[in-house]
Amino acid sequence: MKVNELFKSELKVINMGLESFYQDMKSQDVSAIHVNWKPAAGGNEKMAALLARMKSLQ
Amino acid sequence: MKVNSMVRKNAYYDSVTLMIISREMKKIEGVDEVLVGMGTDLNVDLVEKLSLLTPELEGITPNDLFIAAKYDESKCTMDQIIQAFDEQINAKQDASAGDYQPPTLSSAVEHLKGANLVQISIPGRYAAREAEDALNKGLNVMLFSDNVSVEDELKLKKKAVEKGLLMMGPDCGTAIINGVPLCFANVLRRGAIGVVGASGTGTQEVTVCIDKLGEGVSQVIGTGGRDLSEPINGLMMSLGIDALESDPETKVIVLISKPPAPSVEKKILSKVSNCRKPVVVDFIGGDAEAILEAGAIPCVSLEDAARKAVAALRGEEIAAFEGFDAPENEINAIVDKAVASLKPDQKNLRALYTGGTLTDEAMKFLGENYQIYSNIPMTPDMAIEALEGEIKGHICLDLGEDEFTRGRPHPMIDPLTRSEFFDSHVDGTTAVVLVDCVLGYGSNADPAGAVAESVNSARARLAKEGKELVAVASVCGTDKDPQDLKKSVATLKEAGVIVMPSNMQAVRLVDRILARVSE
Repeated sequence: MKVNELFKSELKVINMGLESFYQDMKSQDVSAIHVNWKPAAGGNEKMAALLARMKSLQ
Repeated sequence: MKVNSMVRKNAYYDSVTLMIISREMKKIEGVDEVLVGMGTDLNVDLVEKLSLLTPELEGITPNDLFIAAKYDESKCTMDQIIQAFDEQINAKQDASAGDYQPPTLSSAVEHLKGANLVQISIPGRYAAREAEDALNKGLNVMLFSDNVSVEDELKLKKKAVEKGLLMMGPDCGTAIINGVPLCFANVLRRGAIGVVGASGTGTQEVTVCIDKLGEGVSQVIGTGGRDLSEPINGLMMSLGIDALESDPETKVIVLISKPPAPSVEKKILSKVSNCRKPVVVDFIGGDAEAILEAGAIPCVSLEDAARKAVAALRGEEIAAFEGFDAPENEINAIVDKAVASLKPDQKNLRALYTGGTLTDEAMKFLGENYQIYSNIPMTPDMAIEALEGEIKGHICLDLGEDEFTRGRPHPMIDPLTRSEFFDSHVDGTTAVVLVDCVLGYGSNADPAGAVAESVNSARARLAKEGKELVAVASVCGTDKDPQDLKKSVATLKEAGVIVMPSNMQAVRLVDRILARVSE
């Protein structure tokens, strides 16, 4: 199972959302990157759903 | 008083940051009320409730930042309020200055080679889409966000199982992977006990007790609270058991959850019965017989789960722990002293919790012996609403529940909600206050300090009536946590709080005190 590969690897974290969680990773010297996330399509739900569907077709 | 507002289109900040800044901005001289937030329906509702609505705020979107304020024009201006906000937000952003922050998950994956886990805490309505994207990219997911639908959760977990990946959450507050605490988690010794937990502070309490007993954890997998419900069917707990069974570092497995749906309990226990490693199961108040039949070890408390896991690991005799660390005469002396300090009309309990599962544990035990008003009552007639604003009888609250956190950070992050309940609910009829103090990453920088402050101020208030205050606490934390267990315990003791080694021991002590004052 892939999870067991994770257990044997160095944890590398992508953080999306609360920036304090990213700061916590940094303070523990964990490899991490913070995504400057914003709602897709400016928060327009219909447009965001459309973008997501296009993305899944790519 | 003037009501004014400011809107910044397409400027996104996370809710916790904004809630904390809102609170700081209330301290500006002349400001009566202020709310900073994104233009979500919830925030617009709050603006209306606080009478801060202006025409400018109509038509804002969840992607727009707003500041709405009511202030005394002779003391401050809207410009000053906006400037104060900018200073606060800039100070927060300085902490990450210079770090590249890609705009999307795809660009993050390109930038951080070998990334293997995504931690998601964006608003729930956007979270499932990002989690699905992460799973499609072969990444494990820790989904802290709540407000994700059951349908989305099922879809995500099915995909994760298919790919052999972790899909921890939604609403997953704690996990420790490869020794790294994620979201709300304590810093623990590494060791041979693997945990799969469906309840956040329950998992924290068990793992902290394991650490206090001198052992450590291999992996702590969170599942989110709904995993053992019928529709989700324990998909992540099953995957977690499989993963820990194949993990050579894990020698003993611990499962923690509130009582599962009966069909799911059957499925999980059937898996447990085929597991080659010892399994300790705490389905808080679950069916001990069924657990025994599955060849697993049932527990009477979270602390008991930790003790049994440690005993199983060390090959020691496995016996239920239903007492105290301290000898009986010491406990009696503590109870005698507490009871002697109280006046005859001080008979009531005020349990003010920040941890959900810790509240459950207290209610399960004390609710058997006393009628307690609560937001998680034992019977419907004891629901907190039945108090109708009047404060009477025993009260036990989980202050982390949605009803207390609207527009505010969780009380484990910001102790303000509990401080307010100390002021409003600890009165002259109070015999004993019971609290938890949860340390670790994600939690407030000094929860013990906040409790000490509340206790001191309540004590000063009661002293005017010639009364004393008895306060009992437990600290869910380790010496390796950023807040430091020893320092937190010392802070509480200095404020005259009786500090017990675990939540369950604190609950048992409170039970003894209540039994005496109700005589």
